[in-house]
Amino acid sequence: MCKTCGCAISPANAHLTVGPDRATGPIVEVLQDLLAANDRVAMHNREHFDEHGVLAINLMSSPGAGKTALLEATIVALRDRYRIAVIEGDLETDNDAARIRAQGVAAVQITTGTACHLDAHLVHRALHELPLAGLDLLFIENVGNLVCPASFDLGQHRNVVLLCVTEGDDKPAKYPVMFRAADLVALSKSDLLDVLDDFDPLRAAEALRALGRPTPMVRTAARRAPLLGPWLAWLERELAARRPAAHTEFSGISATVTA
Amino acid sequence: MREALVHELTVCQALLAQVAEIVATHGASSVAKITVEVGPLSGIEPGLLASAFKAASTGSCAAGAALCIESSVVMIRCLVCDADSQVQPNHLVCATCGGYRTRVVKGDELRLRQVQLEVTKRPISETA
Repeated sequence: MCKTCGCAISPANAHLTVGPDRATGPIVEVLQDLLAANDRVAMHNREHFDEHGVLAINLMSSPGAGKTALLEATIVALRDRYRIAVIEGDLETDNDAARIRAQGVAAVQITTGTACHLDAHLVHRALHELPLAGLDLLFIENVGNLVCPASFDLGQHRNVVLLCVTEGDDKPAKYPVMFRAADLVALSKSDLLDVLDDFDPLRAAEALRALGRPTPMVRTAARRAPLLGPWLAWLERELAARRPAAHTEFSGISATVTA
Repeated sequence: MREALVHELTVCQALLAQVAEIVATHGASSVAKITVEVGPLSGIEPGLLASAFKAASTGSCAAGAALCIESSVVMIRCLVCDADSQVQPNHLVCATCGGYRTRVVKGDELRLRQVQLEVTKRPISETA
């Protein structure tokens, strides 16, 4: 009970707050998830992906952590063997989609205006602009933000969260909802670790482990192709896992932290 | 009004859509009180949800309704020793055995629990 939110209103005193020509009516018990409508569309998106055997990856991070650069490098490494497309989410501009298209793959830009995250409806609309039947791998690059995107299922099979080594190594402790949603955490721009003495990958791994899930962590460096090995290996395992049976749901990943 | 850069507004719009459906189903005129459950691991900030509700509900059937936000503690169950612990949102580690493999059993909910409806006192035929 508090004085501000109205939870002190009861049938006995409601007439004092709701006006003379209105009377409190029945109480309806609901118990429905607030994001049920989004989740229904997300499930529909996932059915589209499964029907076409497409692995969908939702890529999230704070702004500037290197999502687009990692995608560019990933496309260069995999485009000869897999058919890839990207959905780009940004508040404004189609700069990122242009960067992706320059690598020779299809990209759809969603500009969200003032919305701080992608939702399943926005992704569904973008799907109609993509040749899903001709794809193996779809990346959805979410709006740069470590808070809001975590709450919205887009229909992806896996969440990948980038933790840039120029950020604090305690980010998983500060943003537990986001990092708990991760199926893989990528320590991006990890080639900078040599010159940064304040980011400890072991501390980051420990903060991640404290979120109660065995989320694997890999190092990535978009400008150093040889350092992309563990990331590409993870992707290829996920691609292989989706090939035979399209309907496996979120099987837990049992890799160990390798930071 | 320019939309705030918070996802609480999106959640609020989803909430209002569900409430409008309930109001229509029950033939009510408006809403007195809405109760939602928002756990610390839901990713929703109760204060921002309350402000977003004030803005988003204006002109809707829930305008003027009280929004009661019920929070909870975070409870986990250890996948190793099966013990339950109450923990902080960023430390989901078993308090009994120290195990890191746990499952959240409470604290990530984001649910509409209850709607208290309002009906007009006068029959519709008299107001027509």
